[in-house]
Amino acid sequence: MLSRVGDSTFWMGRYIERAENNARLLDVNVQMLLDFENRRGETERQFWGPILSTLEDTELFAELHQEFTAAAVLDYVTFEPRNPNSIYSSISFARENARAVRDQISNEMWEQINGTYLYFIDGSAAQDFRASSHDFYDKITYASQLFQGVTDATMTHGEAWQFVQAGKFIERADSTSRILDLKYHVLLPSGEKVGGDVDISQWMSVLRSCSAMEACLKIRKGDVTSWGVAQFLICHSKFPRSICFSIDRLDQVIRDIGGTAEGHFSNEPERLSGLLRSQLDYATIESIFATGLHEYLDGVQAKLIELDIAFNRTYCAY
Amino acid sequence: MPSLFDNYDPGDFFDEMFTSAGEVRPHYQMLHQRSEDLSVDDFNRKRQIAEKSYLNQGITFTVYDDKEKGVERIFPFDLMPRIIPQAEWQHVEGGLKQRLAALNAFLDDIYHDQRIIKEGIIPEEIILSAAHFRPELIGFKVPKGIYIHVCGTDLIRDEEGRYLVLEDNARCPSGVSYVLESRMTMKRVFPQLFARYGVRPVDRYAQDLLDVLHHIAPSAAAGDPTTVVLTPGIHNSAYFEHSFLARSMGIEIVTGADLVVEKDRVFMKTTKGLKPVHVIYRRIDDDFLDPKVFRPDSLLGVPGLVEACRKGNVSLANAIGTGVADDKVVYNFVPDMIKFYLGEEAILPNVETFLSAVESDRQYILENLSNLVVKSANESGGYGMLIGPRATKDEIETFRRLIIANPRNFVAQPVISLSRSPTWCDGSMGGRHIDLRPFILSGEETRIIPGGLTRVAMQEGSLVVNSSQGGGSKDTWVIHGEEEG
Repeated sequence: MLSRVGDSTFWMGRYIERAENNARLLDVNVQMLLDFENRRGETERQFWGPILSTLEDTELFAELHQEFTAAAVLDYVTFEPRNPNSIYSSISFARENARAVRDQISNEMWEQINGTYLYFIDGSAAQDFRASSHDFYDKITYASQLFQGVTDATMTHGEAWQFVQAGKFIERADSTSRILDLKYHVLLPSGEKVGGDVDISQWMSVLRSCSAMEACLKIRKGDVTSWGVAQFLICHSKFPRSICFSIDRLDQVIRDIGGTAEGHFSNEPERLSGLLRSQLDYATIESIFATGLHEYLDGVQAKLIELDIAFNRTYCAY
Repeated sequence: MPSLFDNYDPGDFFDEMFTSAGEVRPHYQMLHQRSEDLSVDDFNRKRQIAEKSYLNQGITFTVYDDKEKGVERIFPFDLMPRIIPQAEWQHVEGGLKQRLAALNAFLDDIYHDQRIIKEGIIPEEIILSAAHFRPELIGFKVPKGIYIHVCGTDLIRDEEGRYLVLEDNARCPSGVSYVLESRMTMKRVFPQLFARYGVRPVDRYAQDLLDVLHHIAPSAAAGDPTTVVLTPGIHNSAYFEHSFLARSMGIEIVTGADLVVEKDRVFMKTTKGLKPVHVIYRRIDDDFLDPKVFRPDSLLGVPGLVEACRKGNVSLANAIGTGVADDKVVYNFVPDMIKFYLGEEAILPNVETFLSAVESDRQYILENLSNLVVKSANESGGYGMLIGPRATKDEIETFRRLIIANPRNFVAQPVISLSRSPTWCDGSMGGRHIDLRPFILSGEETRIIPGGLTRVAMQEGSLVVNSSQGGGSKDTWVIHGEEEG
């Protein structure tokens, strides 16, 4: 397979996943705020600033917007073409990459991704958003899942497919770590204590944004505390949006690309993914909290970046 | 119930569907009847289905304007097909095969012995001054002696319905993907009609093209050559077609950046290292192909490609230097070439052409600018053209100056009133001018898929059918049997 094709399929998978995760993140924040309507003295910056910090977008936002309002943040993360990580930009880039490899992907995949792009272009997206942001974000999540499903069901599970998976899981691991970290940036309102109503409600929102609410409650038997949620979203090996699960899949697909057996490595990306995988497989929540949750998640993100660079150097930009 | 053809006026033209007496031509009768059963609403519904399918498939071309980086538009598509009876097609097909044989012999001659110059058939300066003549390639033997593997020759029909050759496109003709896609769309929109008409299929084009590409593979790679489509990239206006053809042939599409030349061999960069490439169907013009030989500023090409080609390690389709054959001045000599190389009379005549490089012709051209179509010798896509009867005084004077300054660069032709075909525009059926671009493949044998791309000038009265100038397309049906009545 051409290196350029590998690069494009990787980013196609990655951008679609990014669009979905941004939609989840925004939707949950909107929902979360419903619990805080009319709290005195609290500004919109307090509620929406963390979203931008999580996405590392604070600076560009400030350049484009003088005022800090909920509407401005939502628009920035959803529709802003100058924001390279907005949902719109992610969908556009995913489509652009798909267009560059149309000879490699199925017609169904193309039509799904092109349809989502046209949904933005013809104005239906903005219209749906105005009617109900919740329904709109649901649609984006659904479009991404449909794309992933169509990909699995219609594309040969060869090398190009493996690159789509690599893009998807590296993005998902990164996103889940950022969503979890969101809670670090959201300060508890004054007078609220850890483990109190507001704290628990915020952790529940984090779970919801990962579609993890029911699964976590079932497994953790209702333990919606920082430890319980973090352990579930970082360490659970069977939940498909947890960091551990995503890294397991990532490691597997990276070794499949190189044709290397489990527990071995033949190049740098395999070594890094194997290392990260074992660190997650053998992590305990105690050790994570001893490091500090935020610091730990920062570390995971840094390792993902390192892995991404090594992967690109080995297969695409050698 | 109002029907589609209620207010249709064939006018004072050769109409593809109606005779001058207003009768429906025999091969259009079934279509006409079916259309009479359709209400305007039904028809509009079918149009929407077709348009949606084009948009969803991403069958678009890119239009550039000043401020935006490029807008994708769908290619306007008209649902009324153009129908060609079998006997008529056989005539066209025979003419095209003859023409291609002559053009190919001409290129071989020009890059070797130049007999046609020595024997005084074509003046030497016309060849030497042709913008796309490549003296670098003189003496180079192209694989299997084939230069033009894919040719798109534009045909028009005059007031009597005679087919004339308007121009040859011997470099990188585009449009075949629209032929194949519009056929699929039409089958979805008019399934019953297809079955009853006996329309000759066009599906084998991609397979035929692949056969041609395999045919010219270097012998070292015989049996299992690696063949690729070389595109300028995703932002090229014909990118859809490049990708479509690669997909249909099941081969890779590459950009210049995907290829490297090492020791005069071409490789593509893959995730498993460098992989040799043997045949390149290139959709990049000569000028941009290799910065070491042609334009040094080209970022689209591959440094060293021409040398690899010269060494016989990689084959290109079309060959380098075919542009001298579709030069609009050289065009005038094609009937002479046919006589010279084949000893035959041209089956498909040229449009009468005046060369401003020739003193007496130039005089005539300058005196009759307001009645002629003037074309620059090397432009395509409907650019650099003057249509005398429609031009303003200023435009005519501008061309007069240009012609005097550079006579070699211009030719002139009488205005031919192209045939018209019923076309749905602005809510009613009207006659619009059309042309036809068949696609001719030369490999072990010469093959032409039945029909080709019918382009239609959507503007009433307009004679310019190019997509860059607002032209659209129609499906072209060559049908079994059915003599012209």
